[in-house]
Amino acid sequence: MMQATEPRDALRGFWQDLKFAPHRIYETAFRGGPPTTDRTRSTFVFGNVFLHLHSVRTHRWSLKWTATLGLGIMSLSAFLITLVTGVMLMFYYKPYPDVAYESIKDIHFVVPTGRFMRNIHRWAANVMVVAVILHMARAFYTAAYRRPREYNWLIGIGLLATTLALSFTGYLLPWDQLAYWAITIGANIAQSPREITDALGITEYFDPGGFQRLLLLGSDTVGAEALIRFYLLHVMILPLVIAALMAVHFWRIRKDGGLVRPADADQRLASCREEETYPVFTEAPEKTYQLAAIVKGRTAAVGRGPENTVPSMPHLFYAELGVLMLTLFLCVALSLVSDAPLKELANPNVPENPAKAPWYFLGLQEMVSFSAFMGGIGIPAIALLGLALIPYLDRETEGTGEWFGGPGGWPLVRFSVVVGLCAPLTIEAFAIRFGWLREWFPGIPQLVITLINPATILTAIYALFSLWSIRRFQSTRAGALALFTCFLCGFVVLTVIGTYFRGPNWVFYWTPADWPAH
Amino acid sequence: MTLRPQPSRSRLEPEPVPRRDWLGWSSLSAMAGALLFGFIGMIRMPKAAVLPSPSKKFKVDLPDNLPAGEPFVPPGRAVAVFKDADGVYAISLICTHLGCVVKATPEGFECPCHGSRFHADGTVARGPAPQPLPWLKVGASGRAVTIDEGAAVRTGTKAAS
Repeated sequence: MMQATEPRDALRGFWQDLKFAPHRIYETAFRGGPPTTDRTRSTFVFGNVFLHLHSVRTHRWSLKWTATLGLGIMSLSAFLITLVTGVMLMFYYKPYPDVAYESIKDIHFVVPTGRFMRNIHRWAANVMVVAVILHMARAFYTAAYRRPREYNWLIGIGLLATTLALSFTGYLLPWDQLAYWAITIGANIAQSPREITDALGITEYFDPGGFQRLLLLGSDTVGAEALIRFYLLHVMILPLVIAALMAVHFWRIRKDGGLVRPADADQRLASCREEETYPVFTEAPEKTYQLAAIVKGRTAAVGRGPENTVPSMPHLFYAELGVLMLTLFLCVALSLVSDAPLKELANPNVPENPAKAPWYFLGLQEMVSFSAFMGGIGIPAIALLGLALIPYLDRETEGTGEWFGGPGGWPLVRFSVVVGLCAPLTIEAFAIRFGWLREWFPGIPQLVITLINPATILTAIYALFSLWSIRRFQSTRAGALALFTCFLCGFVVLTVIGTYFRGPNWVFYWTPADWPAH
Repeated sequence: MTLRPQPSRSRLEPEPVPRRDWLGWSSLSAMAGALLFGFIGMIRMPKAAVLPSPSKKFKVDLPDNLPAGEPFVPPGRAVAVFKDADGVYAISLICTHLGCVVKATPEGFECPCHGSRFHADGTVARGPAPQPLPWLKVGASGRAVTIDEGAAVRTGTKAAS
């Protein structure tokens, strides 16, 4: 009899197990259980490979929306949106001259939701550029780059450069007139060190400019080779680079002790909502923490309650999801009101007039209209180098974590805005009205124009103003505040002039209505 | 013998062993060197040895009644060919500033991208262009003209036809 019943029980057990399999799969995937207590909220974070870039608990200062404005998460959200929509576009896009244009046309007019996907992709890329620049400004104005976050600031500069490179490489892919001539100009900017080597007469022996251009285009004109290179950079190399940099960037936030906050953040927060931040370790620990003993610095917080922190799940994660939804909403809304442009098929014999780069490069294009090398390579290199050096020159501590903190503060920033706006406007007005050296002295050597042109003079004025601020306030931070504010203002002024006030032949016009018919 | 008090070391910070340190350092350097050489060989690949662009040399027939000083632009080429009493000459139409194609006008040439202007002989009149438009090597026999876009000649060089 025993023999007869056993198979039936095993069979029933099998059915039981089968019935509970989905539940058990869920249980084994999310071992900690629902995040309802402090303990399970912790396991929810550190038991998850994606979430554990966050710390388990978050300081309440970091959750104030004025602390970050959510700009970092906004940049990430925009990147994720471009990632998803970009992969969708890859189903139809074909990177070969002329065929590329046809495939974008197909995506725009034939493919289901194709135009919508392309619009979102394009708008998310623009939102990402804006968010990254604003995020950098936030980190700068709250002095978040200071010890121990210097290195993360450098990673951030790398992320800014990669973001711009991603946008720029994507600009060629439609293979229309706009794309073709913007990339021709871009590739020739890469070649512009020749302006110096030609002037010195050494191009024959030493030609870094020509090498850069050849490497970028794979040929001596923008053609099939250039398109496949830009495509490869856009969909493979640069996304991998940016993903690696992002991983380091986020990880370092946690390793550097969370987001920046003022030294007296705890006192400032103490007044409100005591009940939410009850201490976690209510009694001194009984065991010794051997591993903690080898950790240097102030990381181990044994026996000390993490005051003024709240569990990251749900407080931080819900805030992040909120920013993600807001970014998505912004991109979708913009996509509904404005289509991504597509001009006529690229024609290598007739340049677009005016041929304009993407908007965030129009400030550069304004500068290259004075000198290709200085505007396109020299001054951007100086600006990036200056940005990278900021945390290593400003070793002060006053005002860390506060908006416009440090000597000089908001009044200095306000004054810098005035200087930062007036200087480029005056120089541009002068150059537009009276021309520049070559109009006055036709035989002038190129090297003189390369060194003395509106863009280099603007840079010099900004540098002198920054030095004056260091002396006036006896503080490097004051100099940095002045220089960074000027840099942002100059970027805005030149970009606006390049975008709205330059017409055919890069001539100044008040409105496009004044453009000559052609 | 007096015992000098040694600084206490834990297993986490062992006493240095110079021989081992040197061996470790040299093997790491060897590895870095090997990888570097491999990497240099690898990045040689994206620098094309043969350019896929069409031949720089081409032949074209000038129109019969080309007035002196009037530009003739062969279709698909960024070159302006001129004919006057001294002979035939060709000027490149690629702007020396940032590579846009310039337009021939009665006064000379103008670039649509950043407003460079050139005189009729290709020298810079105004704008950001650092170099004059190069004159190109021309061979003429009757109406037929051969032009080499890859070979620049001195400004003012004309080929008698």
